[in-house]
Amino acid sequence: MGMIQSDNLVYEYIRRNEEGEVEGIKRAVDGVELSIKKGDFVAILGHNGSGKSTLAKMLNAILYPSEGALWVDGMDTSKEENLWEIRQTAGMVFQNPDNQLVANVVEEDVAFGPENLGVESSQILKRVETSLKKVGMWKFRHRSPNHLSGGQKQRVAIAGIMAMKPKCIILDEPTAMLDPNGRKEVIDTIKELNRKENITVLLITHYMEEVVDADQVIVMDQGKVVMEGTPKEIFSQVPKLQKLRLTVPQVTQLAYELKLAGMPLPDGILTRREFVEAVERICHVNHT
Amino acid sequence: MSIILDQVTYEYEAGTSMAQKALVQVSLSIRDGEFIGLIGHTGSGKSTLTQLFNGLLLPTSGHIYYNGADITEPDYDRRKLRQKVGLVFQYPEYQLFETTILKDVQYGPGNMGLSRLEVDMRSYKALKQVGIGEDLLDASPFALSGGQKRRVAIAGVLAMEPEVLILDEPTAGLDPKGRNEILDLIAKLHKERNMTVILVSHSMEDVANYVDRMIVMNQGQVVLDNTPKKVFCHYRELEAIGLAAPEVTYVMQDLNTAGIPVAKDATTVAEAKEAILNWYRGKENRGK
Amino acid sequence: MIRDITIGQYYSVKSPIHALDPRVKLVATILYVVSLFCFQSFSGYVAAILFLGMMIHLSNVPFTYMVRGLKPIAVILGITVFFNLFFSSSGQILWSWGPIVLSTGGIRKALFMAFRLVLLILGSSLMTLTTTPNQLTDGMERLLAPLNKIKVPVHEIAMMMSIALRFIPILLEETDKIMKAQLARGADFETGTIIKRAKGMIPIIVPLFIAAFRRANDLAMAMEARCYRGGEGRTKMKPLKYTRKDWISYALIWGYFVCVIVVGNVLYI
Repeated sequence: MGMIQSDNLVYEYIRRNEEGEVEGIKRAVDGVELSIKKGDFVAILGHNGSGKSTLAKMLNAILYPSEGALWVDGMDTSKEENLWEIRQTAGMVFQNPDNQLVANVVEEDVAFGPENLGVESSQILKRVETSLKKVGMWKFRHRSPNHLSGGQKQRVAIAGIMAMKPKCIILDEPTAMLDPNGRKEVIDTIKELNRKENITVLLITHYMEEVVDADQVIVMDQGKVVMEGTPKEIFSQVPKLQKLRLTVPQVTQLAYELKLAGMPLPDGILTRREFVEAVERICHVNHT
Repeated sequence: MSIILDQVTYEYEAGTSMAQKALVQVSLSIRDGEFIGLIGHTGSGKSTLTQLFNGLLLPTSGHIYYNGADITEPDYDRRKLRQKVGLVFQYPEYQLFETTILKDVQYGPGNMGLSRLEVDMRSYKALKQVGIGEDLLDASPFALSGGQKRRVAIAGVLAMEPEVLILDEPTAGLDPKGRNEILDLIAKLHKERNMTVILVSHSMEDVANYVDRMIVMNQGQVVLDNTPKKVFCHYRELEAIGLAAPEVTYVMQDLNTAGIPVAKDATTVAEAKEAILNWYRGKENRGK
Repeated sequence: MIRDITIGQYYSVKSPIHALDPRVKLVATILYVVSLFCFQSFSGYVAAILFLGMMIHLSNVPFTYMVRGLKPIAVILGITVFFNLFFSSSGQILWSWGPIVLSTGGIRKALFMAFRLVLLILGSSLMTLTTTPNQLTDGMERLLAPLNKIKVPVHEIAMMMSIALRFIPILLEETDKIMKAQLARGADFETGTIIKRAKGMIPIIVPLFIAAFRRANDLAMAMEARCYRGGEGRTKMKPLKYTRKDWISYALIWGYFVCVIVVGNVLYI
């Protein structure tokens, strides 16, 4: 079994009126089948209300499946005895950098997780040091989070999760509230952790540029998985993405439109390099 | 009809040991009916600038003129000014407070001493313009989706019928769909109401498609002030201050470096497409 | 305005006082404050001033910086002195006009009250100046731990204090932003009757409360996701441990306490 596995996963929000009677049911997650391998970098795309955040909360056992089953590292998330181990195995980083830091000093905040787990003091000190060094925030350890930039706060939040020694990190739109510099900082940090520490990463986002390097992309709409594949496979289907009201990176869009206009370009161009090479090839063909 | 800044400096906590210059000797002139993008990363002084435009902050030194009158004069009516220069803050939906959407929008014009009828007319018009249907007028603003809340908040400022509309990061935290909708809405308002619009953003790609003039800020100073096309020619300088030109700008540069002579000044996907097709067709014809 | 109050603002510098265990400083402050109320004599004040002076000197916090912290209480100080000076009569009466009486006893009392108040504020601000809020909550949690037995949620109280400390600056900033946003919509907070002004606060208070609840909700979820489940089974990165200097300090502060009571009450000058 992989890191994350699900079988016909369903989550329903039940809305009740003032008398407590059921007024309506909304399926936020509807029959999702997931299979994520250890060490993979997986991106989940979809616009607001597509069910991606609900899915993330289920992965962290904050919400329990209404139907179907979900396993994190082989542990069934609907069993309460697994709760704390699941949360330690699959750490979660949230969108708002301010609302997830608990302590008034960076190093104290990073220590919060291991302290909750009952780790011995000397070990906590070590974990805090290595985690902060991994995200490049060691020199800020005595600062107050209130004096950090958004990107730095998110890196501290990531360090806080790393200090719990998770196998998997779930990031729920970690860059949505950041400026381009902060966004790059955070994404680079995540990629490095995935590469160097072999941490399984599940990145929920609506920034297409952030998923280009992912191993697997999952697109969600109305609670269902509507597309799944490598970034290349996903971005080859520009019309389908447009129908889902998702934008593609500018180069991909340009290549797609040029192809429609008659230029012989391949599908799913993701980077500037690929684009220039493809155009050069056309040049070359015409020369010979 | 214009806003003129003459050598404006703004210092936070002026006169204390914590003093920090947010703006340094900024001189600017904003003409009637312009659609301006104000760009800069966090801390560049762009938010401070927006609050100076409508008198929420007063410069530490220098003068600001609105329609020829010096707003820094002690007896200038800055409450009136704020009604003429409307400012929509970042995440404006967090300032909603009334029990119904209509009442919330009425708050702004209601503070202006207008007749009941006039307040109602302005509110209805503003809500209609931002695309909030009449069926929602008596709903609680807190029951709306994120994007809708933001529209209501914009309508709240719009209902004061300002001559200038300033929006601080109006797309922050929205998904691509919501982003485009808000930007389209702002462009529509600019056209229909014939207002001067100042759009504050850190996303070049968002702004490039809409505005006629871009003002780039860095460390409290205006570093570039020109049409988007001319501004993006300085992409190296933009990079040096932590901003980047739209991806297509780089694509066109890369193509040129690879020996493919396409026009370098394309800033949108449509323009890039045009330029590359021109080159491609010319080449095919010569090939024949 | 809030920035002017130095009480409670940590002054970052290295000193033997800063290095003490927060529990020692808490106990010392309490004993010191109690001691101020245990004597009525001039010699007692001399002893208390000497002790505090020594502590301030050891703390490396500039005295002028501490005195600035007294500014907000200047009014209270003035009122206290005024009432004691003119409205208490004992000893020899020097001057009187209707109910207002100036007496030697009154002068003595006014002076003592003023000294007591200043010593009280300086002493307690010395604790907050030399102890970070985190250390304080830690210290309090440990000192009050025995109360757990009578079902006082000591850990939770300490956690609440520490979270409050983290979010107060954020909420202050938020208030400022909401105020500006409503000003931009033509709000007027400065003119009108009290009722009108109170009503004018609604557009600030409602969004502020909503924001606070939203943050509380988010934070609770983030804490749970990081395996927070109350104080049970929790460890500390830097657990408080007494060292020799702390035991010596305990001995000193008790020494001072006994000394002041003896000197202040026996050697009555």
